[in-house]
Amino acid sequence: MSTTVHTTVAPREISTRPRPSDRLFRAILNVMSYSSLLILTLIGTFLIFRGFETFRDQGFKFITGFEWTSNVVDGVEKGTFGIGAMIIGTLLIAFTAIAIGVPISAMTALYLNFYAPAKAKALLTTILDLMAAFPSILFGLWGYFVLAPMAEYWAKLLYKYFRWIPIFDAPQPAFARSPFIAALVLTVMIIPIVTSVSREVFSQAPLDRIQAAYALGATKWAMIRTVVIPFGASGVVGGAMLGLGRAMGETVAIYMVLNIAFINNLHILYGVGGNVASMIVQKWGESGLVESKALLAAGFVLFMLTLIVNSIANLIVRYAVKSGK
Amino acid sequence: MSAHEDLNSQNDNNGEDMTIANAQPSHAAPKSLSEVSANRLKDRTPGNAPLGTGLEARNIHAWFSKHLAVQDISLDFAAGTVTALIGPSGCGKSTFIRTLNRMHEFIPGAAMAGEVLLNGKDIYERGTDVTKIRLQIGMVFQKPNPFPSMTIGENVLSGLKLAQLKVTNKDDLMEECLERAGLWNEVKDRLGAHAGGLSGGQQQRLCIARSLAVNPKVLLMDEPCSALDPGSTLRIEETIGELAKSMTIIIVTHNMQQAARVSDYTAFFLSDGGPGKLIEVGPTNEIFSTPRDQRTENYVSGRFG
Repeated sequence: MSTTVHTTVAPREISTRPRPSDRLFRAILNVMSYSSLLILTLIGTFLIFRGFETFRDQGFKFITGFEWTSNVVDGVEKGTFGIGAMIIGTLLIAFTAIAIGVPISAMTALYLNFYAPAKAKALLTTILDLMAAFPSILFGLWGYFVLAPMAEYWAKLLYKYFRWIPIFDAPQPAFARSPFIAALVLTVMIIPIVTSVSREVFSQAPLDRIQAAYALGATKWAMIRTVVIPFGASGVVGGAMLGLGRAMGETVAIYMVLNIAFINNLHILYGVGGNVASMIVQKWGESGLVESKALLAAGFVLFMLTLIVNSIANLIVRYAVKSGK
Repeated sequence: MSAHEDLNSQNDNNGEDMTIANAQPSHAAPKSLSEVSANRLKDRTPGNAPLGTGLEARNIHAWFSKHLAVQDISLDFAAGTVTALIGPSGCGKSTFIRTLNRMHEFIPGAAMAGEVLLNGKDIYERGTDVTKIRLQIGMVFQKPNPFPSMTIGENVLSGLKLAQLKVTNKDDLMEECLERAGLWNEVKDRLGAHAGGLSGGQQQRLCIARSLAVNPKVLLMDEPCSALDPGSTLRIEETIGELAKSMTIIIVTHNMQQAARVSDYTAFFLSDGGPGKLIEVGPTNEIFSTPRDQRTENYVSGRFG
């Protein structure tokens, strides 16, 4: 307990005179560090600058609408643009991928840290690192040719037995190129990064607490539940956020497996979906001047969406996760 | 016939092992700590003593990868006694104590040889469930290590949760353990508070209370007071005195005064650059007053170490 004592003495200014070499180094670091912020700001500015006509013409309907048409009347290009279905689809696919991928990643990380023999650990770690660097077009091709037919069958099973859960229901039994399949491809793509981050935080679980648990007669699983998971939970959530970032921005792999349509669909098994980034790729080649502006505006919406979701996620990490640190 | 001679005759079948029983008293101290302990030791018969038969270490060797850290240590820890392990840093005391409840094997590359007998049964025997061993042989570490995400009360009972044991009355057990660890009066009004808010000494006593909750027969203490101030140290020493009535305690300490204050027996370890060895063991007052080995004499009189 400290008590406040009043005094007339003002605190002195604490300063030091850095050497020129230190100043130079600091200046270089400053430039490097702020360059990424600058680039991000420039991209955002560019998108809003090019897309603002669309925002002006379409208004709020651009975000809430479910229609995307463009035609030329008397030599004037006109269109109605609304990307509501794309935004819903992006979030639906990304969160489904997180829901499947994070438990797999966290358990893989626990296995690698606490159960795997040294050789298996080295092998799996190498493979996961390789997976992280794997080009997404290859995931897309694999998803299209290999995963999609299998996943279609799984979707049928889910539909048959779990359609009483709203998310597994579908208006018609059409399961090809569904958000579910896109989410599975994404799951495979986010597993390496989430596993890597989780492994890192789990490996930092304090040894003295691990020993305390063992000395009390804990089994390995009991020790992990009591010490490692409370300690690493926030880190796993952080890893999930990185995965979410990748999931929301992924373009080409989803473009290959998803049936992109401007229809409001929350049924993950139903073969109709949306994704902002893939939609931009799909429309870009054949778009006219006005439509291309709308696509840039869609890009800006995706940009903001990613920022907002990440900020919310950060808040969740900060306040909601019970930290074991 | 004195108590010490009696002990020797009882343990003759132990061969040439350097056990507590082999300690040769050079003079008969009237009603000393050692005599009290020796009387306890005399009454001990394998299998039916109320506290069990204590713990026996036979020819313990311990390696870290290829490096032999502890060589051929045999020590008997009679039930209901406090044994202090002393010696300079790096002499293998901590390594040895960690072989006694199988904590040594957590270090990658660690290996051991020899036997540790709890109630006459080797704890390293094939097919042994190590978690059951650690329930019977508890441990308190150098640095207090309560679980920070748990409350004080949850910490005390954490061993039950970890080992999946059931008790009928948790509140009574919690109070009993905190009482025995000498912490009850200080925390009884804030059992729901997080353990991180306690002082270092309180945290260490919380760790002692935590290890008591699973009712171990033996408690290993690896320099439990080295991170604490003198007041907290005193409280823990009082706790040790109380606990010794109902369990066997083995304590590693760098503080020779502490060894003299709390222990019935003292074992002196030393490494001459190679692996740590047991130099001498005996009743604590004799180790400090009339050690047989010159190296022990040098160490306890502060001439080195």
